[in-house]
Amino acid sequence: MQVDLRILRYDPERDAGPHWVSYSVEAEPTDRVLDLLHRVKYEVDGALTFRRSCGHGVCGSDAMLINGRNRLACRIRVEQLGRRRISVAPLPGLPVIKDLVVDMDGFFAKYRSVQPFLITDGPPPSRERRQSPEERARYDDTTKCILCAACTSSCPSFWAQPDYVGPAAIVQAHRFIFDSRDEGADERLEILADQDGVWRCRTIFNCTDACPRGIEITRAILEVSAAIVERHG
Amino acid sequence: MLIRYRGGEGMLAWAFHRISGVAIWVFVTLHIIDIFLAGANPGAYNTVLQVYASPIGRIGETVLGAALLYHSLNGLRIIIMDFWPVFTRYHRQLWYLNWALFTIVGLPVAFIILKPIFGQ
Repeated sequence: MQVDLRILRYDPERDAGPHWVSYSVEAEPTDRVLDLLHRVKYEVDGALTFRRSCGHGVCGSDAMLINGRNRLACRIRVEQLGRRRISVAPLPGLPVIKDLVVDMDGFFAKYRSVQPFLITDGPPPSRERRQSPEERARYDDTTKCILCAACTSSCPSFWAQPDYVGPAAIVQAHRFIFDSRDEGADERLEILADQDGVWRCRTIFNCTDACPRGIEITRAILEVSAAIVERHG
Repeated sequence: MLIRYRGGEGMLAWAFHRISGVAIWVFVTLHIIDIFLAGANPGAYNTVLQVYASPIGRIGETVLGAALLYHSLNGLRIIIMDFWPVFTRYHRQLWYLNWALFTIVGLPVAFIILKPIFGQ
């Protein structure tokens, strides 16, 4: 079947601003949006620029705004979108470098700001750091993040205040705050208690809806908020 | 982007919460001014009360009541999720429950406020 694929193109060296370009693409219902983008790039316009790496929903490179919602182009099939007109735009709220490629530097700076690594006092043990299945289960959900930025860039609080640390960074902090082996929770909670930390969340749920890994992001944010309150209480 | 992004029930719940919040703030400001007039200019205060009692004023009061009711019900929904984050799983159901309560409480209230317009 023929699909009308509309892509928001932007070349900073040639264009005054982003503009929509339509492509009529032959597609199977089981084709993914990434397959359609490849078809345009390989057969129509080699200058079309977008990120993708694994192509199987693991690396998180190809998050983009597809039919008005943030999704991974490699995880969404034409039949799932339910219509033959498909629009593809770069992730909202992030500076566009070219076509569907956005500048992720600010996003990763926020990720690093929550210290997303194991913090412990004292020398490492001679054997592994033991943890019960129940302790591991406490933060299992937030270990699934692939840093695609679909959540952060779907958040109206982030659009309004780009300094907001954002859902993805809070998810990463949650993964360590509730890890029984980690001893850096106080530092992270202090960072997230900042005015651009967790309090900017308005429980809008766009992040949870956008997450391609199905992480309960809003729940994680509220659990971190509760931990901050308990710490100060 | 607010218009372009196709958010779900959570985004709609938040948008209505904001809109109703602004509407309540406008009324509170108006209310402070009219109460001020009661002492500063009783004649103007009586005129304002007549506007409130007019059909347009009653429609405005109905909208205000709707904004207050929605804002308070959705506020409770947010508080429930704040205290018990596990309820985020059911945020859609809580929102639909909000609308059910909104209808059950709001319709009789709207009827009582609007009844004088129809001469009853």
